[in-house]
Amino acid sequence: MKRLTPYLLALPSWMWLAIFLVVPMAAMASVSLQTGNAIDGFAMTFSVSNYTDALSRYSTQLVRSLIYGGAATLAMLAIGYPVAYFIAFKAGSRKSMYLFLLLLPFFVSFVLRTISWGFLLADDGILFGTLKGWGLLPAGFHVLATGFAVIAGLTYNWLPFMILPIYVALERVDPRVVEAAQDLYASRIATFRRVVLPLSLPGVFAGVLMTFVPATADPVNAQVLGGTSNTMIGNIIQTTYLTNLQYPTASALSFTLMAVLLVGIFIYARALGTENVLEAAAR
Amino acid sequence: MNHQHDPALVRGMTQPRTRREALRIAGFSAAGLAMAACGVQGQKKEPPKTDAVQDFWAKQTKHGKVVFANWPEYMPENQAPLKQFQKETGISYQYKEVIQENAEFFGKADPVLRAGQSLGYDIVVMTNGIQLQHMIELGYCVPLDHAKLPNFAANAGAAYKNRSYDPGNTYTMPYASGVTGIAINTKYVKDKITSVQALFDPKYKGRVGMMADSQEIANFGMFALGITPEKSTEADWKKAGEKLKAQRDADIVRKYYDQSYIDAVSKGDVWLSMAWSGDVFQRQLAGEPVDFVVPAEGGTIWTDNMLIPKGAANPLDALMLMDFLYKPVVAAELDEFIQYITPVPAAREILRTKAAKATGEGKESLEQMVNSPLMFPSEADYAKLHSYVKLTTAQEQVFNSIFQSITQA
Repeated sequence: MKRLTPYLLALPSWMWLAIFLVVPMAAMASVSLQTGNAIDGFAMTFSVSNYTDALSRYSTQLVRSLIYGGAATLAMLAIGYPVAYFIAFKAGSRKSMYLFLLLLPFFVSFVLRTISWGFLLADDGILFGTLKGWGLLPAGFHVLATGFAVIAGLTYNWLPFMILPIYVALERVDPRVVEAAQDLYASRIATFRRVVLPLSLPGVFAGVLMTFVPATADPVNAQVLGGTSNTMIGNIIQTTYLTNLQYPTASALSFTLMAVLLVGIFIYARALGTENVLEAAAR
Repeated sequence: MNHQHDPALVRGMTQPRTRREALRIAGFSAAGLAMAACGVQGQKKEPPKTDAVQDFWAKQTKHGKVVFANWPEYMPENQAPLKQFQKETGISYQYKEVIQENAEFFGKADPVLRAGQSLGYDIVVMTNGIQLQHMIELGYCVPLDHAKLPNFAANAGAAYKNRSYDPGNTYTMPYASGVTGIAINTKYVKDKITSVQALFDPKYKGRVGMMADSQEIANFGMFALGITPEKSTEADWKKAGEKLKAQRDADIVRKYYDQSYIDAVSKGDVWLSMAWSGDVFQRQLAGEPVDFVVPAEGGTIWTDNMLIPKGAANPLDALMLMDFLYKPVVAAELDEFIQYITPVPAAREILRTKAAKATGEGKESLEQMVNSPLMFPSEADYAKLHSYVKLTTAQEQVFNSIFQSITQA
């Protein structure tokens, strides 16, 4: 009995994983190998061609999604790290207010916020209409319906998920470590590069994971802010499921996306040295 | 079929999730499991036997409540027609603006109905087209008892009593029809637009909106080539696809829109767009610089239909409400607000009388409605309007892939 105890104690988490991860995944894996249509029904045929067909038809959108997701993640990192750094080290007593402001947009639904950007960035809207009126922009200038708008939308929507983990990591940096570096005549840049940055890497790692995956799979920004050639893989999966009712193709696409993301994350984790990162995170 | 996202979207996002919805989600996962185990059963149904239909309706009683699921902005704000119904019959109603798109609605309803569960709605409104065809084929609609539909029999226009997609109105009754044509932002476009070719004119590069819906965009591609959609074949769809691809490759199209096209037109993001008639009228009345034309080559006519989904809790109450909307006075009141084509021709006289009594601005807009060929089309107008091509399941996949490769590139 004693030997079984740890396993029994872990049972709830195994159950959780089984119900919310293994069962749905198995269901999806099974559907992805079936053929048929919604009217006559689908039958299991172990049809691997669902994958090859989907991949050859939608590789453009898949690659585009990875590029957009990656670009948005880099933009978030570039904006998010300084913000997190500022809140952690320079904000003083206003820290909690800044954190609250950071989370404030979440009180409004994500889709509504994206649609609002559509209004703000309209060709003759508040911003560009005014600038065009002053002659600062050519009349044909537009941001909406471009890839830039989609990447900007992705960046905006997931930015807090990048900032918060980095903030948490920076917050835990012991000020005495920084002082010690300075006592040893490290310049401010050297202190940051050799002390603060390495200590904040677990936050960066978590932030990138929390933003790259959803940004790559997101269908909303491409639909609301994109144009004729900004369709992302999320849009394709949505259409395949809901409009075309081709559940096998949609499942195959979802699995492919997941696999690609997992491989990407694995490479990234190896490059950043997960062991160090996880060790630091576990501290 | 109205397509402005704001009000309903806000509502949908602010409404608390109910227990019923939780159950529905449970239904989804159950359906998922069933799928995984052994493939999904086909459910194609034969037409219902008359006896069975009569038996079903003979057993139904009035429950005193009805849940109506409809599109946004498809009912006057004060819900006067529904209130009148409640007053006359004692049946209380719940009106929900939950349908934004046929494909999406069907995509969500299908697993629930497939699992034999109820959607929680007694009446739903769907446009004629692929999804409505699926609803009927899969046996998701309750066949109607025409003995209980006196107003429909007396007042529905002849054209609305026998629609090609549902002969004899076995399952559906039209709610309203509309026309897909071209919306113009008159602030930017000074030329007189009469032809569908304007949508392909390089002069409007980057300023043209097309619809993302395969059936809608296909029809416009075919109009541009002089093909009659109802008679079109796979070869025609490919030709239309090439025409639309050339239009996209020349950067003429700004975007393939869902219902958000109307905001884009009124903001000036696009100057010309495929559009639904009623949307444009509502914006016109609000004073926005928009105009609507049916291209000389043809426009698309579609019909939104009321139906009772399988498993509805209150079918008799639903049938009574559907019939009530066919009273000319009620139809007139409804149409005055929604400004699409009513299936009750007698509504025109009622609006005309009302216009004669009204004064000022109200009179003007009423007169405009009565004389609008897009609310009360003449025979000649109808001749210009075409429906969607009817597709088999196999054709549907070919059709979708041709046009989605353009709209979702």
